[in-house]
Amino acid sequence: MRSTRTIDISTGLFVLLGFAAILFMVTQITNRGYSLKSDSYRLTASFENIGGLKTGAPVSMAGVTIGRVEDIQYDMQLYKAIVTMRISDKYRAIPNDSDASIYTAGLLGGQYIGLTPGGSDVPYKDGEQVIMANDAIVLENLISKYLFNSAATKPGESTPAPAPAAQE
Amino acid sequence: MITILREFVQSFLTFLERVGLLVRFALRLAAILPTGMLRPRPIIEQVYNTGAMSLVIIMTCGLFIGMVLGLQGYDLLTRFGSEEYLGTATAISLLRELGPVVTALLFAGRAGTALAAELGLMRATDQIAAMEIMAVDPMRRVVLPRFLGGVIAMPLLVSIFIVVALFGAQLVGVEFFGVDSGSYWSQMRSAVELSDIREGLVKGLVFGVACSLIAVYEGYNAVPTAEGVGRATTRTVVISAVVTLILDYILTALML
Repeated sequence: MRSTRTIDISTGLFVLLGFAAILFMVTQITNRGYSLKSDSYRLTASFENIGGLKTGAPVSMAGVTIGRVEDIQYDMQLYKAIVTMRISDKYRAIPNDSDASIYTAGLLGGQYIGLTPGGSDVPYKDGEQVIMANDAIVLENLISKYLFNSAATKPGESTPAPAPAAQE
Repeated sequence: MITILREFVQSFLTFLERVGLLVRFALRLAAILPTGMLRPRPIIEQVYNTGAMSLVIIMTCGLFIGMVLGLQGYDLLTRFGSEEYLGTATAISLLRELGPVVTALLFAGRAGTALAAELGLMRATDQIAAMEIMAVDPMRRVVLPRFLGGVIAMPLLVSIFIVVALFGAQLVGVEFFGVDSGSYWSQMRSAVELSDIREGLVKGLVFGVACSLIAVYEGYNAVPTAEGVGRATTRTVVISAVVTLILDYILTALML
């Protein structure tokens, strides 16, 4: 028989571990949780349509993840979605004319924001807004445009912006 | 033909009798529950015996279940090009089904058998009869703390199992196969609801009650021979497993 002290300590450890696990489940794997933050700064961008972008989605440059989407709000004055991105402090020197676009990982995968660097010498400051923001490509819009053959005749304001790779 | 039929009826009646006895046993436990709580010392010892001692096996199995989920999930999801959903798939299957059920099966094998063998041996060596002679209620002194220890330990074991398994799946999916770690956790976060966690914990609690009850019942009512103790241990595992899976379906249907 072990001493009562050992039993008490192990039981305490076990119960503590159990409650820590419950706490982890409640805060870390549901959407009402709190994420652990590291050294970083914020950028915002406003989009006409963000498609299926969600908080926590990656922000990448040339395919390398440099940050996360922290917050998505709808602005009632602009009628636009305001996306707040948290970029790691390692990537401080992003030119302040870089543009942001929403891409899809794979055909049906999750969406992420891609930043394409511009030519400016001045980097973005904390809290600054990305001026050039290209919307998500909504598959249904593309299909309906193709079906009704109006994409070619009306390249108007409602056309979702094509991927920047196609523009260049 | 008639003898077969008679035997069938006989075994069915035996089954009904056992169910009735189990219910009576459970009611007796419930009746002494409030006064039994006044002595926390033996309950803590049993939480140690059933919970803390099962920790290593629970964590090892959780890790490997998680790794298998990561492997299988990744293989399946890459066919649709949507491996970002690995976190969602793993978390939901673990929270709702695999966590509580596998933990209950392991619990029956690790803690349930220990309980049944201990109580059966106490019965076989007349320790329980000795207590009755000394006017100590063995139900209150021996059975209830063991039952409560299992009930308390089970939901905690389920949570630990699930969290360890999530990291096991992350190990395979993110570290080995290169799924984006942000996608893994954020897709999980956006899909998992608090009700999923509640479902897992409620299942854990119910399975804990069922498995502990079966273990202490089989041990306490074991035939007082070496063979009887062995049979009680076997029955504990078999009945616990079957009851867990049946209850799992009922609970899922109720909470979905």
